[in-house]
Amino acid sequence: MISKLNLKVVEIEDLSPLVKRFRFEDPDKAALPVFSGGAHVSVEMPDGEMLRHNSYSLISDPYDATGYEIAVRREDQGRGGSKFMHEKVAVGDILKLSMPANLFQLDLRAKKHVLIGGGIGITPFLSQMRQLEMHGQAYELHYATHSREEAAGLALLPEAAHIHVHISEDGSRMDLGAMLADQPLGCHVYTCGPEGLIAAVAEQAAMLGWPATSVHSEAFTAPPPGAPFEVTIASTGQVVPVAANQSLLEALEAASVVVDYSCRGGGCGRCETTVTSCDGDIEHNDFWLSKEERAEKKKIMPCMSRFKGLALVLDL
Amino acid sequence: MSNTQFTPSITSRPVYPGLTSLGNVPAIMIADASGQEALKELAAADSSVMDQAHVLLVTTSPALADKLQDLRPASIETVSDLDAAVPSFERLLSTAKMGTQLYLAGSEGLIGFFSARALGSGLPQEAIQSEHRGPISRRMQCVHCKGVTEDVTTDPFTCSHCGLTLFVRDHFSRRLGVFQGVCVDAEVPGEVPETEEIQP
Ligand code: FES
Repeated sequence: MISKLNLKVVEIEDLSPLVKRFRFEDPDKAALPVFSGGAHVSVEMPDGEMLRHNSYSLISDPYDATGYEIAVRREDQGRGGSKFMHEKVAVGDILKLSMPANLFQLDLRAKKHVLIGGGIGITPFLSQMRQLEMHGQAYELHYATHSREEAAGLALLPEAAHIHVHISEDGSRMDLGAMLADQPLGCHVYTCGPEGLIAAVAEQAAMLGWPATSVHSEAFTAPPPGAPFEVTIASTGQVVPVAANQSLLEALEAASVVVDYSCRGGGCGRCETTVTSCDGDIEHNDFWLSKEERAEKKKIMPCMSRFKGLALVLDL
Repeated sequence: MSNTQFTPSITSRPVYPGLTSLGNVPAIMIADASGQEALKELAAADSSVMDQAHVLLVTTSPALADKLQDLRPASIETVSDLDAAVPSFERLLSTAKMGTQLYLAGSEGLIGFFSARALGSGLPQEAIQSEHRGPISRRMQCVHCKGVTEDVTTDPFTCSHCGLTLFVRDHFSRRLGVFQGVCVDAEVPGEVPETEEIQP
């Protein structure tokens, strides 16, 4: 299925009170596969009994095979993955990472790229930016954040005329209308961050007559926690319990039920699973299924979604 | 006269769904003598479409431009043929912003010619609208010598550059804005099917 890399943590740095940067290298200094700007890896986190996975965008130079870097924001309301990274991981530890995969590629036919990162959503742009620099492609980057203190991205962004920082606490809000109204033909816009920001950019671009094919976004986040529930496996009758701070995919893996996956963030479609029967409600937290598919309750994305009700049987 | 209906063909063959107003947005409009009728109908349906429209009219008859002037576009310029329109078109494209719409009306040659240039400048395919008016002659590229023959109305036809007898294909190059013509008697030189008028 998916081949893994066993990598050593060689650096941990505080970028802000909430965000840490991790650098991974091969323990024998072997070269790692290079990737493309916007790629992510999923990190396995063995936390006691529980094996969690979270996906993080790579923030290092895509052409640098000596190591991978990620930035992790501590989410105290999350399932505990980011807390694990912050509290339990130390320099010298070996962690299992997936191979880089990319669901947020640059469209290299573009004449210019406008990159918009909100908060920790700046991360995929850090690698994209290096790729664009390397190829001498025109771009501008906008980084929007609440406060200077929380602005983890500041430490990682060079000072340059085409890099714009908007700190709302300082009163420098992003003016999406003005930003998008003045772009040359062949421009593509990419947004990563809170859903509200992604929706605002898409709406503004559509209003200005940008075709949807020039507007890109990545919204994937870590799976949210929720109330515990159970699912039944149709082929074996096995009942799999899902804990509050565990995703359905992680629970299936713990029970040795094989489900294919890639992004673990509800964006790639790989883990799509057929529902045999559903007596209750599926909390669809993915970005993959359409409105109609959600309403039908015939499909579920176990990497992100949860269940509330009497019985959920999966065709596995 | 209205938008020409073509027989459905391979996916490569461009289709021209006709012009629909997107309202008062930045626009470039290009038409030939037959196509300018489509611009008039467009403006009749929604006059605001002309407010930010720069019109290039490909014609040798300046009187047509006077009539279009009544529609009050932002600017209007008359050019004698496709090539003569290029400098003005490139100038408009170089200052155009994302969101600009391109409305093309007239022959397949005109539509293909300007679509290809617009795409090359980064204008998204989705921002191009087209309506076919007038004769159904085609711009054909000879796949052997790469020369382009204008206004081809028969199949097969003779390449105006290398003289080969070429079969008119529906295979279209978006990048170049031309249909592809392939040698029709390559197997048995001289064995050429009867010449027919191109059909829509
Ligand atoms: S693994 Fe990508 S959508 Fe679930």
